[in-house]
Amino acid sequence: MSNFRLCPDTGLFFDKNAESLMKVHAVAAVVSLLVAGLLALGVALTRWPAVHLLPADQFYMFLTAHGIDALLFWIIFFEIAILYFAGSTLLRVRLAAPKWAWLGFALMLIGAVTTNVAIFQGNSSVMMTSYVPMQAAPHFYLGLILFAVGALIGCFVFFGTLVIAKTENTYEGSVPLVTFGAITAAIIAVFTIASGAIILVPTFLWSIGYISHIDPEMYRIIWWAMGHSSQQINVAAHVSVWYLVAGLTLGARPMSEKVSRFAFLLYIFFLQLASAHHILVDPGVSAEWKIFNTSYAMYLAVLASMIHGLTVPGAMEVAQREKGYTHGLFEWLRKAPWGNPAFSSTFISLVIFGFIGGITGVVMGTEQINLIIHNTIYVPAHFHATVAVGTTLTFMGLAFFLIPVLFRRQMILPTLAKWQPFLFGGSMTVLILFMMGAGTLGVSRRHWDMDFAGAALSFEYSGMAYTLMGIAGIGAVVAVISGGAFLLITVGSLLFGKKLEPSAGILQSFLGVPLSADTYNAKPEILPMAAPVEEHGSAGFEAPGTFVLAMVLLVSFIVYYFINWKYLASVWPLS
Amino acid sequence: MTSYLPPAQRIWWNVPVGRQEIVWITIALIWCLILFFMMPYWHVYGKQNLSTEAYKTTPAQYGPKVQAMIDKYTVRTETEQQIPVVAPPAGSDIYMLARLWQWWPILELEKGKTYRLHLSSMDWQHGFSVQPVNINMQVVPGYEMVLNITPDVAGEYGVVCNEYCGIGHHTMLGRIYVKE
Ligand code: HEM
Ligand SMILES: [Cu+2]
Ligand SMILES: [Cu+2]
Repeated sequence: MSNFRLCPDTGLFFDKNAESLMKVHAVAAVVSLLVAGLLALGVALTRWPAVHLLPADQFYMFLTAHGIDALLFWIIFFEIAILYFAGSTLLRVRLAAPKWAWLGFALMLIGAVTTNVAIFQGNSSVMMTSYVPMQAAPHFYLGLILFAVGALIGCFVFFGTLVIAKTENTYEGSVPLVTFGAITAAIIAVFTIASGAIILVPTFLWSIGYISHIDPEMYRIIWWAMGHSSQQINVAAHVSVWYLVAGLTLGARPMSEKVSRFAFLLYIFFLQLASAHHILVDPGVSAEWKIFNTSYAMYLAVLASMIHGLTVPGAMEVAQREKGYTHGLFEWLRKAPWGNPAFSSTFISLVIFGFIGGITGVVMGTEQINLIIHNTIYVPAHFHATVAVGTTLTFMGLAFFLIPVLFRRQMILPTLAKWQPFLFGGSMTVLILFMMGAGTLGVSRRHWDMDFAGAALSFEYSGMAYTLMGIAGIGAVVAVISGGAFLLITVGSLLFGKKLEPSAGILQSFLGVPLSADTYNAKPEILPMAAPVEEHGSAGFEAPGTFVLAMVLLVSFIVYYFINWKYLASVWPLS
Repeated sequence: MTSYLPPAQRIWWNVPVGRQEIVWITIALIWCLILFFMMPYWHVYGKQNLSTEAYKTTPAQYGPKVQAMIDKYTVRTETEQQIPVVAPPAGSDIYMLARLWQWWPILELEKGKTYRLHLSSMDWQHGFSVQPVNINMQVVPGYEMVLNITPDVAGEYGVVCNEYCGIGHHTMLGRIYVKE
């Protein structure tokens, strides 16, 4: 009796345990996103000055929960599912230690619920950063610690799975690029969680009175060693998914295995420096330390992302050209499968991540420029480009792909699914651009009232700032609606989608109950190496369209970067 | 033939890299170096750099220093709360104190003159955000940051708190006057 199911549509082999675990992690992720999205609506409608929906205490409560549910729970639950996919499914190997994997999941779930309970009880509205000495209830921190321990177990189950694949020789040659990227993400995750433990465990002990004082500056530095490194996990994970989707939807292969893997390695080498760009306007940090760290030693992690920015679309272009879409620079792109939401979400996410997320990140992480951006609403604009479009939209696309493949249900509302990535990507871009604009005019992040009602003194933002926040609010509402469309399609498909496998019931989908025993009847053969390709004279440019796009990115980057220096030069001299 | 299969060559790291990638990596690397060297460049030629002068302090030490300045240089008070407006001489040490939910006191400065601005918090973290010039600093309890500022445009500036500091965060609004 085998433990594997062969997916008839894709030829992927699913290990029974891995399949169940991927399902429950994906479901928990989607539920977290649902909560985060509802909260986002409250937050955004409050920041829309003409609406100003919630009272202050609820606004801060919602904002705390929105950040945590979206950034931590949605993304990390989904990432563990990706790790199991990249380990077990792609390498055709059984999952290591499934009991441990379930324990990890249980801890993550208990942790996520505990922290949410703490927040909604009302006295833990401390924002996800929980800067000391502001204090949350002890179970706020405890939930985060449990969640992190669970995620750590997930990483080790993934590593164990790799070891089994190696010792049992389930694949030829080296691991696939997608798995390599996932390994990168998991290694970064271990470092991240270690930093998290170093800071959250003492903070928890402080909240129950065992430690009397935590230095607030030290807290910031170590908290961000976790907080930013975890964004490197997201980047490594979603870039891996970009490569995966390029392969699944276009049959693309990496332009160069060496280049892409080297770029992933750069993420690992420089990640521990990441916390610095949150500390650029803090007291007493030396300029040398800031410059070296905020640039990840001369921007080598930025270099890595710029490399992927060329090689992911480049791989797509090469694959399309081989199919005969060779006309001009961009026929490959026009004739891409835009109707397939897995593809469109990947491509949109790539563009917004690169053009907005990447460029704004470098600009505001520049030592001196940070002082005109720190803690303005420009900052959430930046990270919605990176995590809400970059990571989240990528994962949404993968989720659409997984409905039939993993859950064995036909996707409902295919037309809506076709439009969803455009709607979400487009409305998010509106939200992002207009929050960037308002941030440039000084509007604060995490702020209930830009009218300062009740303050002894007064200050008035420009009329433009109000207009920009209003338009951002409209973008936000559409973004929440299109996020809702995603949830409707995914959850609806699991409930009502046509069963592609008779035993794919609701318990199977939501609780990870295995399908009927006779579906697990496949015996995977050893995973072969990719077929060698003829070299088409690598002296020429294989992907000229992509090269042009990359140059457009570079020019935008240069122009926007120097505009910000110019803006900086106009503020009061400081030394 | 795809990204989710093992590489086509067992020794993939010896496969030569295409020209296109080499060209792009070279350009990107040059740009990264420019990004890097802009920061030290600005330290030498730019006018907006942060000092790294800072001291460990406590509310008990910091509070009296602020009060001493207020006692010496108050020129008037404003609002029902009688917030002192302090006009210290150009070039002197000036103090701004952050506490729930106030920036204390109001400073009145001369345009084009340089001051040593001290910032610290008595309780939680706060964000010193001068608007509309849009200068933003993190204010951390236990630390006293010293910045040399040269306000070069006259006007009335708001000091917004842009680090979340509890339910009254949005009422934490201070003021700086810059006189001709
Ligand atoms: C559904 C659409 C979404 C909308 C309309 C939305 C809106 C917002 C707004 C307006 C803020 C900033 C409020 C402020 O600082 O005053 C915010 C904060 C934030 N959002 Fe979103 N968001 C959405 C989705 C997401 C997603 C998908 C993620 C992450 C994966 C995310 C992560 C965050 C985080 C981490 C914060 C910062 C919270 C804090 O300051 O502690 N958001 N969101
Ligand atoms: Cu404050
Ligand atoms: Cu505040």
